[in-house]
This record gives sequence, structure tokens and C-alpha cells, in this order.
Amino acid sequence: MAKIDFKDDSAVVIIGSGAGGGTLAHDLTRRGIKVVLLEAGKRQSLETFSQVPGEAFGQLTWLDARTQSGDWGVARDFPTLPVWHCKTVGGTTVHWTGSSPRLQPWELQVRSAYGGIAGASLIDWPISFEELEKYYLIAERRMGVTRRNDMPGLPASNNFKVMYAGARKLGYKHVHTGHMAINSKPYEGRAACIQQGFCVQGCKMGAKWSTLYTEIPDAEATGNLDLRIESTATRIEHDATGRVSAVVYRDGHGQEQRQKARVICVAGNAIETARLLLLSESSKFPQGLANSSDQVGRNYCHQVTGFVWGIFDKPVCSWRGATLAGVIEDEAINNPHRGFVGGYRIELVTLDLPTFPLVGLPYGWGRDFASIIDNYRNLAGMFINGEDLPRADNRITLNARVKDAFGLPVANVHVDEHANDRALRGHAQGQMSHMYEAIGAKRVVMGPFPPATHNLCTARMSANPRDGVTNAWGQTHDIKNLFISDGSVLTTPGAANPTLTIVALALRQAEYLAQQMKAGTV
Amino acid sequence: MDQPIHRRDFLKTTTGLLTGVIVTGSPLALIVPGRAWAIDLGALTGSEAATLLSMARTIAPHDKLDDAAYAFVIQAIDSEAARDEHFRKMIKEGTSSLGAGFAKSLEADRIATLKKIESSDFFISMRIKTLQVLYATPIAYAHFGYEGEAFSKGGYLRRGFDDLRWLPEVPLDDSGPMPM
Repeated sequence: MAKIDFKDDSAVVIIGSGAGGGTLAHDLTRRGIKVVLLEAGKRQSLETFSQVPGEAFGQLTWLDARTQSGDWGVARDFPTLPVWHCKTVGGTTVHWTGSSPRLQPWELQVRSAYGGIAGASLIDWPISFEELEKYYLIAERRMGVTRRNDMPGLPASNNFKVMYAGARKLGYKHVHTGHMAINSKPYEGRAACIQQGFCVQGCKMGAKWSTLYTEIPDAEATGNLDLRIESTATRIEHDATGRVSAVVYRDGHGQEQRQKARVICVAGNAIETARLLLLSESSKFPQGLANSSDQVGRNYCHQVTGFVWGIFDKPVCSWRGATLAGVIEDEAINNPHRGFVGGYRIELVTLDLPTFPLVGLPYGWGRDFASIIDNYRNLAGMFINGEDLPRADNRITLNARVKDAFGLPVANVHVDEHANDRALRGHAQGQMSHMYEAIGAKRVVMGPFPPATHNLCTARMSANPRDGVTNAWGQTHDIKNLFISDGSVLTTPGAANPTLTIVALALRQAEYLAQQMKAGTV
Repeated sequence: MDQPIHRRDFLKTTTGLLTGVIVTGSPLALIVPGRAWAIDLGALTGSEAATLLSMARTIAPHDKLDDAAYAFVIQAIDSEAARDEHFRKMIKEGTSSLGAGFAKSLEADRIATLKKIESSDFFISMRIKTLQVLYATPIAYAHFGYEGEAFSKGGYLRRGFDDLRWLPEVPLDDSGPMPM
């Protein structure tokens, strides 16, 4: 492990060690570049992961306060937890389910494909699918994605058998156990999946890809990485010319530290990344950093998600196996005849018994509510993952009335759902209900609007600096040595779970950044 | 059991004990050593605890789920009330407002009473505590048939991961082989 001096301004400082930050750290250090990687959370391991759900939740989740507003269901159902992401080395790659689909070519050109839609801030991506695909290929090999290269698909669980039967009854054709970053056979020194069903509590086999035990140890092995845990960035400083120059952060003892930097890459997940840019306002940048377009924090997307449960009169035991290993891709198309633009995936899902009543069920109590839980053994589950439309006023802002432990305003997450999102959700719920009913479900239950686990687009890439925050490489339009490296850069969300795309973009950014540093232009 | 009775003598009069007996023939025999159970209370009286247990059973009625499972909810509430003055006050005022006859009244009456206070902090707290604690106990796992922790047992790959036979098997093209 390197030890980079606080006053050393030749290093790249990366904030956040998840899918974006962790991957970037590895790909810069292996090219000989010194990196300081700041991570707010602690460092867990295969040994410390817990399969007691409440314990795991407390260990991994970002629980520092943020507020929420708007008409999105989360404000009603989960007022204290609008967003569910991680605060730990590896970021949300510790908790994610491993689902790794690609965006499709038309999903990068949504303004062209959907036209102008009232109440939505659609723009096209500044890169082509062909360009992105080059890095999907690298990412899929790096992560060991199933049904790609030599990695076989995962076997079918009980829960997937139910989904498959229902899907075939409805005539769906693109149904399989998913493109998953979960080893179906041993790979790169990591074990194969033994179908534990505790993916979201941290994979104790290391079968699921996570930067915690892949990219970060690989970066450390180069000798160029200085990983600082329990280090929370509070401000990014700049010099008189407007170049960013240092990151101010609180260390594990609550002491303020200042690390100088040649380049700063922000990868704190879309809420905190936007928040940090806004918190870093100065007299030169009164709207916050990289925000001359006023787009920082705006266009926040989280994808349309939600649970649908089928109760049968025979056991399913849906908890046995990888949580999300199953997908139907027939509806991941753009077909406005369905009553909405954009597409959605239908994905397999299950929840452990303690979490199920808290997150999987809509508000309720009494006999009817309890009767659903009585059927826990006979439950099958699926999850919607669809495109939501970006809106200028769905945004992250600073809440001056609520302060964090350091006295800084927390983030407020504001979302008013677009009618298109509601239409998409309604269609998906209808299809999923039909699937379960067609194979004999005695009851179908719709889950609530869950805390957002896919947080995107708050520093989006745009061809025109007026429409976004970053260029085609995630470099901010305003400040050449300030980059954004997480899901904030996605221009629009698409219907694909975003981690694969985040990794692909980070790989591409690393290549570009290394070239720019070598050429002395950054 | 001698210990609870001796300790009871030393407990302050403001706090109490919540006791019960586990139903004969229950599968809990494997988990719970004796048939009687008791929870020492640090902040609640025995009467308050009994009222809250009845409230938890009204919020999440599982008739065949032993009182012992619900007792864990009461224990969690009692611990928090012992630690947090504001919470303790809310629980005691809330319980008092339900009335001494709550636990013994008919379910329909208990539901009607709770519906009236459904938007109160007291009800909201009780509901969340019930849902958070009840289903996280080994008793609940056994009752609902959830097998829980899997790592120490080698996952579910050879323990029923794909033992469902009332629907067709999935073709290999759309799934994948069982690992060796």
C-alpha cells in the first residue's frame, strides 16, 4: 500500500470505492498512476459479512441523514430511507445483486427515439453504442458475467422455475437466468456460487463480483494505491484559475484533513456526488463546482422498480438461491403502443423473512397482512426494472434546515413521477400478475415503491455543456481536472441495471485520463 | 424455575415480568429448553407488557405462532424504553390510553381501538417494532419455515435449491448446469 503525502499534488484523488471509483482506482494504478482513494465506510470482508439481515443492513448501508420530497411513493412508504446504497469499501458492489445487462443502442438515443416529451428533460448520450460496447466487452470479462464469453448461465432455482413457467404461458421468448456477475464456475481465484441467497448482505463466497475483493486488492498490489477508509469528503477546493486542487475530508477520528490533488474524480454515488459539488461552492463558483449549466443534481433518475409476489398452494422456498438470477427481456423494447415510451425488464427476486414485511409489502397490519406472511414458504417473487424519464426538477439539493454530523446541509431528494413512469409500472404489474395467475397463483400482491437502489444522472454526460455536467469521458465541462466516475454520469437511465454500464464507463475514463495526464493536458 | 422467582422479589414495584408457557407439541421444543418462558422487564410493568403483547398480536396475528415469539418484541420495546426517556413516555402514555381491558377484549374491538390511533407515533412505532423484531427470531424462522443462514451449511445448492417439481424443469439453454 502506498502512502501518499497530503501535500503531494501529483496524485489522482478518487472519492468513493464502488463500481466506478474502485474500477478507476485499479485501472489508473496499473498504468503507474498514484491514487489516493477516499472511502467514507469501513472495510469488511468475506468473514465479516453477516447473514442476519438486520445486522448486515446496519453494517453496510449509508445511514447518514438525507431528506426527501415530491409525490414519489417512497416519501409515503419509506420516509426515512429514500435511497438504499452503501457506505463501505466496495460501495454498493458489496450489496448489489449482480445483475449485469447492457443498455441497448436505442437507449443511448432516447431524445431521437422518443421525441420531445412534455415534462421530461430527454437528451441523447454524447457517445455511440459502438463506442460503449468496446468497454462492455472488457467489463464483462473483468467481472465474469454469465452467458458471456466462457461463463455458463447460472442454474435455475425454484423461484426461477415459477417465473419461467409463467413467462412461457404469456408467450415471452427471452427468458433466462440472467447476465449476472456471479461465478457459475470458479473464476480469477474466486469461488463458484453455492446459491446461498444472501447476495445483498455481501457474498461470503466472493462469487459475486465486488470491487472490495477484486479491483481494490489488485490496485493495492501495484503499490500505487493509498486507500483511506472512514474518510468522508466534505469539500473540493480549487485554485485561482478554477482548477480543482485539493479534497478536504474528515478522517476516522473526525479530524479535518486536506489532500492535494492533480486530478479529482468523484464517485460517491449519485446523491453524495451531487451534494459534494454543491457543498463546494465558492465566490468563483457560487452555484457549486462544475455547475455553470445549473444541471448538477438535476435529472435524477432511479428507474421504475417494485416487487410483485405470487402466492401458490405449494412450496416455492424462494429464498434458496441467488436473489435476482432470472430475467425476461421481451418488454425491454420501445413500443409506444403499450401506452408509454421506454422499456422494462422483469427480474427474479426474493426477500429473506425478516426483510419481507418491511420492504416487500405495502403498508398494512391485521389478518389480511399477516395471511400473506403466513404463505412465505409458498411465495414466488419478481421485480420490475424500467426506464424512468429524467425531469429537470427531480433533483438533489442541499437542505439548509437539516445538518449532518459535521454541520453541513444534508441532501434532499425530490421526485415527482412522470405519467410515463406510472404507465410503465402499471403495464409491468399487469403482465407480472397475469404470469402468476396463468400458472395458478391463488393471490398476487404488489409491493410498495421501494427505496431507490439505482441512483443516476445527477451529473449527466451531454454533448452540449448547457444540457449536462460532464463530457463523453465524464470530465466536467467546466473544470478540466475534475471528473465524475459513478452512476451520476449516465445521460439517461435506460432499463438496464446500471452497474455494468458504470464499470464500462470507468474503464473508458481511466484510459482517457491516463492519456491526458501523459500528454500533460490535465 | 427458581431463579426468576427469586429475582422477582428484588425487582422494583414499577417494573415487572412477562411470563408464558409454550404450547405442548410445538416444534419450538428444539429451540427453547423449557416449556415456560419469562422476560424480566426493566421499564414496563407486567400489565403494560401484557397489553403491548396483545397489541402486537393484533397488528400481526399469527394464531399458531407462540406468545414466546411476540415476547421478543416486548423485550425490544422494554429495552428501548429503559434507554430512551422520550420513547418510554410515548409507550407508557400509549399503553395507558388503550385501557386496562384491552388485552382481554375481543379482536374486533382491539382492531377498532387501534384504527382510531393508527396515525399516532405510538401506533407507528409499535407497528414497525413488531415487524422488525417478530420475524427476525429463531422461533419465527421455525414457524414460517424459513431456513435462514446458509453459508455454514454450504448454501442451498444441494439443499433444495431446485427441488420444486410441480412445474417443468427449465431447459439448459435458458439456465445453466449445476456446478460440480
